[in-house]
Amino acid sequence: MNSLKTITQTSIDIEKIRADFPILSRKVNGKPLIYFDNGATAQKPKLVIKAITDYYENKNANIHRGVHTLSQELTVEYEKARSTVQKYLNAKHPHEIIFTKGTTDSINLVASSFCKKFISTGDEILISAMEHHSNILPWQQACEEKGAVLKVIPINEAGELIISEYKRLLNEKTKIVAIAHISNTLGTINPIEEIIALAHVKNIPVLVDGAQAVAHTAVNVQTLGCDFYCFSGHKLFGPTGVGILYGKEKCLNELPPYQVGGGTIKTVTFEKTEYEGLPLKFEAGTPHIEGGIGLAVAIDYVNTIGLDTIAVYENELQIYATQELQKVEGIKIIGTAKNKASVISFVVDGLHPFDIGTILDQLGIAVRTGHHCTQPLMAHYGIQGTIRASFAFYNTKEEIDEFIKGVKTAIKMLK
Amino acid sequence: MTIEETEQEIIEEFEIFEDWMGKYEYLIDLGKSLPLIDEKYKTEDKIIKGCQSRVWMHSELIDGKIVFTADSDAIITKGMVALMIRVLSNHTPDEIINAKLDFIEKIGLTKHLSPTRSNGLVSMIKQMKLDAIAYSSKLES
Repeated sequence: MNSLKTITQTSIDIEKIRADFPILSRKVNGKPLIYFDNGATAQKPKLVIKAITDYYENKNANIHRGVHTLSQELTVEYEKARSTVQKYLNAKHPHEIIFTKGTTDSINLVASSFCKKFISTGDEILISAMEHHSNILPWQQACEEKGAVLKVIPINEAGELIISEYKRLLNEKTKIVAIAHISNTLGTINPIEEIIALAHVKNIPVLVDGAQAVAHTAVNVQTLGCDFYCFSGHKLFGPTGVGILYGKEKCLNELPPYQVGGGTIKTVTFEKTEYEGLPLKFEAGTPHIEGGIGLAVAIDYVNTIGLDTIAVYENELQIYATQELQKVEGIKIIGTAKNKASVISFVVDGLHPFDIGTILDQLGIAVRTGHHCTQPLMAHYGIQGTIRASFAFYNTKEEIDEFIKGVKTAIKMLK
Repeated sequence: MTIEETEQEIIEEFEIFEDWMGKYEYLIDLGKSLPLIDEKYKTEDKIIKGCQSRVWMHSELIDGKIVFTADSDAIITKGMVALMIRVLSNHTPDEIINAKLDFIEKIGLTKHLSPTRSNGLVSMIKQMKLDAIAYSSKLES
């Protein structure tokens, strides 16, 4: 992404793109919606909405089981969706792609299964100070159960990982490293390639929380070399309730099943069960079929625009918004990493984020306020919360201008 | 003044405003004018859970009536606290328990009653009613 930052003109047909997202033309509190909460969830293009409607109107059946035509056709489509995700991440095999409920579910799966088998008293699990609660709590719980210790890579004032500290923390007790690709609160793009390489020197596996990354930058799991990579469909313009766990074949094979039940087995007797291989071993019960299919449609849509184009355009938005925000008196940006995604967190001198967010909402502007499920990170900065604007490729500089005006209005009203 | 009468008074005050901005400016003014809670009550155990902003609330039973004092670090929240205190403070536990609080809808602040994690008004009302129930059972025993 760095090398692309020098390009300033992008070929993005913004009018056409915005027309693909029906919700962008609605009004909120009488004002045109300005949606800057893409870090929480992204809006859905018509194609995805149509795919879900079409699923219920023409395709609904259960998969992997039936001999009838509907079931067989749908099984083929669902497995095709898996291949779409595989190609998107450039995974080696389709069975390295596990459908889950979302990033949180994916991390819980690994934390539970990995720790059940590989963690014992005195072992260490390494995360970072900027993690979302979903990449803290599953590990914390596993540590409590096994008597292991949760270690935390510290960050500097800009919100970047301190790599020398990371190196120091990696030791023979470290059993796994779990780290965000991009921070949901600070926007920091972590040097995960380096992080993974350093861990692998000591044969330590790495899980990457890619929730904030997959919609904004190309991810190649083979180049990265990560052992696990997790993301949610809904942040990638797909349906809610579906997510992905990528795992290297070898790593996934080593893990015991997480949840068990229908669909995960080869044979069952009351005495013993023989489990299916990958990926079905980890997909108990009827899956979120329309979710998987909708996610594949969303990925195809993103591919038509192109992740490189998206990354360049969003970077322009981020730089422009940062520059304009800095002109407003009393504003402090939280998270000023050199390598940053299109997420901007800020605080206003003497004013509470909730108040700013409430006024912006009245102006039709959707931002996130609060601790962003990163309370330890808020504690690091000594703040209660921030206001966060997070952009997607359908946002515009004109919207940023309106947002800046809104922030100024809020400050004037509240001071 | 009964709880309903105070509610009616607030509804009339808010009717003057034609747009949201006036309403919120009034709410902000109310927040700024809320009498401060005694600093000694601004402790962790007085914080109302479920608010994105911090709200500290303290209640006391004086001559059979509950007196509420509160504070918040967010000014709009403080304005809402001020309204709730104006309506419910200085009433008997039973009056508070039975209060319907229709005025919130009538002054157009219903959205602050949505059960999102960010919102404190629901938790605030719940806490005030819980305090009333506690005092009521104490009075009965």
